[in-house]
Parts: sequence; C-alpha cells; structure tokens
Amino acid sequence: MTTPLTLFDKLWTQHEIVQRDGESLLWVDRHYVHEGSFHAFSRLAERGAMVAEPELTFGVADHYVPTRGRGEPIANPEIARMVSQLEQNTADQGITLFGLKDHRQGIVHVVGPELGLTLPGLLIVCGDSHTSTHGAFGAFAFGIGASEVAHVLMTQTLWQQKPKRMRITADGKLAEGLGAKDLALAIIAKIGADGAAGHAIEFAGSAIRGLSMEGRMTLCNMAIEAGGRCGIVAPDTTTLEYLKGRAFAPKGDALDQAMEDWIGLKSDCGAQFDREVSIDATTVAPFVTWGTSPEDALPIDGEVPDPSREQSPDRAKYLQGAIDYMGLKPGKKLTDIAIDRVFIGSCTNARIEDLRSAAAILANRVCKVPGLVSPGSSSVKRQAEEEGLNRVFRDAGLEWADSGCSMCVGINGDLVAEGERCASTTNRNFRGRQGVGARTHIMSPAMVAAAAVCGHLADIRSLMARKS
Amino acid sequence: MERFTCITATACPLPAENIDTDQILPARYLKLPRKGEHGKVLFHDLRFDMTDRERPDFPLNRPCWRDAGIIVSGRNFGGGSSREAAVYALYDYGIRCVIAPSFGDIFSQNATKNGLLTAVVSEAESGALVTALTREPTSAVTVDLASQSIVCGELRYRFTIDPARRTRLLNGWDDLDVTRSFAEQIGAFKAADRKARPWALPSPAP
Repeated sequence: MTTPLTLFDKLWTQHEIVQRDGESLLWVDRHYVHEGSFHAFSRLAERGAMVAEPELTFGVADHYVPTRGRGEPIANPEIARMVSQLEQNTADQGITLFGLKDHRQGIVHVVGPELGLTLPGLLIVCGDSHTSTHGAFGAFAFGIGASEVAHVLMTQTLWQQKPKRMRITADGKLAEGLGAKDLALAIIAKIGADGAAGHAIEFAGSAIRGLSMEGRMTLCNMAIEAGGRCGIVAPDTTTLEYLKGRAFAPKGDALDQAMEDWIGLKSDCGAQFDREVSIDATTVAPFVTWGTSPEDALPIDGEVPDPSREQSPDRAKYLQGAIDYMGLKPGKKLTDIAIDRVFIGSCTNARIEDLRSAAAILANRVCKVPGLVSPGSSSVKRQAEEEGLNRVFRDAGLEWADSGCSMCVGINGDLVAEGERCASTTNRNFRGRQGVGARTHIMSPAMVAAAAVCGHLADIRSLMARKS
Repeated sequence: MERFTCITATACPLPAENIDTDQILPARYLKLPRKGEHGKVLFHDLRFDMTDRERPDFPLNRPCWRDAGIIVSGRNFGGGSSREAAVYALYDYGIRCVIAPSFGDIFSQNATKNGLLTAVVSEAESGALVTALTREPTSAVTVDLASQSIVCGELRYRFTIDPARRTRLLNGWDDLDVTRSFAEQIGAFKAADRKARPWALPSPAP
C-alpha cells in the first residue's frame, strides 16, 4: 500500500528535478515579472545572459503604474523610468508583456488567473510575496526575492527547502455579508503573523469549498500574512468552471487531459500534516485590524487591547507601540474609530466580486469620507463599468480610477497622508505601508464600504439590517 | 557571494516583534539600483524623523550600537514583502547576522542568497540577549555558524537554521554554478514533463 500523500507533497514531487544537500531543484511552470524585477534583469545583463524560457515568463506593469491619466505620458520621471525599464527588459528578452497600454493590464495576481495563465498543478513564482494568491487554483505558488528571480529567469528552476505541511480546516457556512477576508483575518488573529512560518498551508473544509474563486484567491493571498510559504486549495468544479474559455488556458484534448490530471490534485485520505488547525466558520464575525500587523485583528464588536493586561512585558511593549502609532487608546471600541478615507483595491480584494460587495453597501448611500477605488485589472474595470458599479462608487462620492497596486504599497504616488486613517481592502497594515505615518485598518470590501458610509469603522451587519 | 563562518561584533537589540520588511526598507526606496548604498536607508522611518534627522531613541542611532554587526530582535523579523532590498540594506549597513525567535520565510531565503545569517533562538533566549546587551551595550557577541553557537558574556546558546541554508552560507556557493552542473537533468526533466503535462504550457492566446 502506498503512503497517503498531501496535495502539497504531490505538487512538490511533480516539480522535483534533483535533490542536493537537503534542497530540491524545482521546475518552474510560470514566472510573472513586474517593474520591481529590474534587479534581476540587471543581473542577467551583467552576465550577458538570456531568459531560459521566455514563453513561460509573463510581464505585467502594476506596482508603479499611475491610476489616473492613463494614455497620457507619465508625469513623474522616476515612475516613467520604472515602467519603461520593464518594457525594455521584456522586449529584449522576448517576454510577453501586459503593459500600460494593453487592455489586459492589471495587478499581476489578478491578471494571471483571469487570463488562464494560472492553472491547477503548476509551480508559479513571482518577485512578490502575494504570489501565494495563485494557490487558490491548486497551484504551488510563492513569492521570491531578486536573486531567485534572476535564477529562474536564467534557468527556469529554483532551489528550495521543502516546507512542512499544515492544514487549516474551516467548516460551516460564513454568515451573510461575510467573506474570505474575514475568514483570513480570523485565521491570522488565531495563529499569528508567523503562525505558518516554514509551512505550506492547505485550506480545506466546507467553508473553503463554498468560496468562489475570487474568495479563494483572497484567502490564499493572505496566507503570506500568516507567514506561510504558500496557501493551496484543491481544485474542484468551481475551479474548472472558472477556467473554461480563459485565453491562455488549455483547450480541446489538452483540456481533457488536464482535467483528468487535476482531479488527482487533492490530499489523499489519511495523509499526514505536520500541523492541523481548525476554525468554525459559522462563528466568524466581520474582522478589522486595529494595529500594525495583520495579526492585530479583532471582530468589529471588540475593543483596542489594553497592554496593562498583558503578562509578557515584550508583548505589552509591542501593543503599546502599535496603539501609539495608530493614535488609539486602550479599551476604545473599534466602531468608535473615525476614519479619514477609504481605499478599495489591491491583489487581495479588487476582483469583480469584491467591487460588487462594496457597491451593494454603497448603493443609494453617500460616503462621509473621500476614497479611491482601483479595480484589480483593466478587465475587471470594464466589467464593473458594464454592470454600472462605477456609477455607484461615484454617486457615493468615491473616485473611480485605473488598475494597479496603487494605495496598497503607495509607490505609484497614491498615498495616505501622515497621520491620516484609512479603511482599506488591502493586505498589510504595517507602519507607513500606505505612506509615511499613515494609519491603515484592513478589512473586507463590504466593511470598507460600511466604514465609508458611517465615517468610522462599522459593523456591516448593522447596515444590512437597516437596508432590508 | 561572501561566505559566512563566524563573526564577533557588537550587537544592537531591537526587541520589537513583527519588524517587517517595509520597516527595514520603506517601499519608496525600492527604485534604488544595487550599488552598495542601501545601508543609508536601512530602517529609514524608524531611524530618521520626517525632516531626515536621526531619532536619538532608535537603538542603532546610539553611539554604542552604531557600528553593530549583529541585530537581536523579536519574533517574525522580516515578515511581509519579498523585497530583497531589505537584505541589501542590512548588509550594506554592515549587519551580517540577525538573531530572532522567527523570521519571514522569504526574507530568510533572500538573506541566505546574500551572505546574511538569520539565526533562530527561543523567545526566552532572545529576551535574555536583549537584557544582557541593554546592561552591557558594548559586549562583543560571537556567532559561529559551524557550531551553531552564540556567545554573549556568560550567555551561551545554540541557534537553529535550516541545514540547507547553513551549508549554502558556509560555502558561499553561487547558485547558478551549482544549477548549471545539473543542466543534463534539467533538460531530461523538461522533455519528459512536456510529454506528461502538455497542458502545462500556455495555450496560444487568441
């Protein structure tokens, strides 16, 4: 009898070329590059090397692209240089680029899946930590640094130490109005921002099966915020339905064979995990972060923690530091936290379903604070406009912009001012993440919409009750 | 890559938890080319105020720790963004080893590729090191990778590190040279894989 294997074990074995001194050389099926990959391209140039497999490499302009004035020249010369550098590097190496003028442009972790480049069973890397997103399809996908990007460009392979296996099982149905972001924050609050360090996470259970592909992408996107090497969901009919007809997805006989292969991409009955965590999805409340790490997340009916109640002095010091940075007081009710602006965007929560859920709250309401909506891709933008969502956002008082990483990382110039407080659909509430001295609270798109309407952090459930 | 065997240096305590790579190198400096000057912006917004003046209370700004070669920090050091420039900033500043109870995985991997050691100790051990360094800021700390040991005055600890990363640091291997020695195996894998998984190639776009 063969040993039952986890999904992760199967993915690993399928990509293993050789082993050496505790590491494996893995074959890379897809490599996504963006403006930030310039360090790696420089290394190729230093060696006079060419990209080994340009047809498996795809470029996307997302990190630095302006979200306004598309079609006009980029005003900021440094940003213009970052974008043109990517155009040059991909052109020199024969790599397909979804650049600023391409109708397929968007955030790499939105574009890869929607074009059918991301598939079950693939090993996918990108010089961006949120590459974990693609695990939603049953792919082994993870972020890498510049040295590794250069190595993949030159060899289409990567040396990796095999991580441990962790399964997070979420059973039950999420309450009305809640989504994958709430589940992700609940998990991170439970296990910590380093809770899955050194582990590959498989998300399983009925709550995960019940998520759309958009929801699964949000969840796997946030796997890195729990410290995981990757997050994976086994492919099922939801996955296959999503992939049908996507531009770069297999077609005809290749699709038939792919589907046969993909059926086997699941953990065998009795497969052993190094760590198991379970969570009851029925008890998950809408979550928001109050502090400066995604683990500083609490149900919206909670209060800012009190450091004086902490046993560990280091922990108390950490809490106090976060409270000071965020300009809060211990014991303050989270729903009493007034905000200055909102941001709806990023690879975490800017897909069509996310925009729909925010728009559902904003319809026929007016926001008390300004805000920016940046769709996850140009394709998402077009679809949202066909559905009239852009009008809902504009009528509510929010700005409707073009697609890019935008205010999630703030390097394209979309920034939160010093001392300002932003309710954001993004993935990181780190100090200064959205701008020097900016204060970020992360939550679901519906919860950001609720906060925009109320002018303070708010419980989505109270707005839903008022509406019905 | 420069190999790492052993270092004796002053060690700066940064006891906070969750010092993410955005703190180590703020995103607005990601455009910097690699010229050995990333050290100037290491911990920029923690080290300097809005007018670019040093914050005197930040440990690395204190005269005793300004030339530190080692950092002792809290859990989850280097979590978050995959930016390798965070490692460049530490390395260019002169840091060769960070000691903490846990690290961001991608950060550790990037560190290994650049000759920076990430040494894992328990929370109690990192706490004791911070206490000792706060009491005796100029204590020389020795970190030896072969024996996986840390010596700081009376304190003697054994740290952990992934064995593969340890081997890499000790040898200072260049990944590419190693990989190229497996060119034949890579070619054979690719050929077999294209037969086994024809669907893994991107279908031509319409």
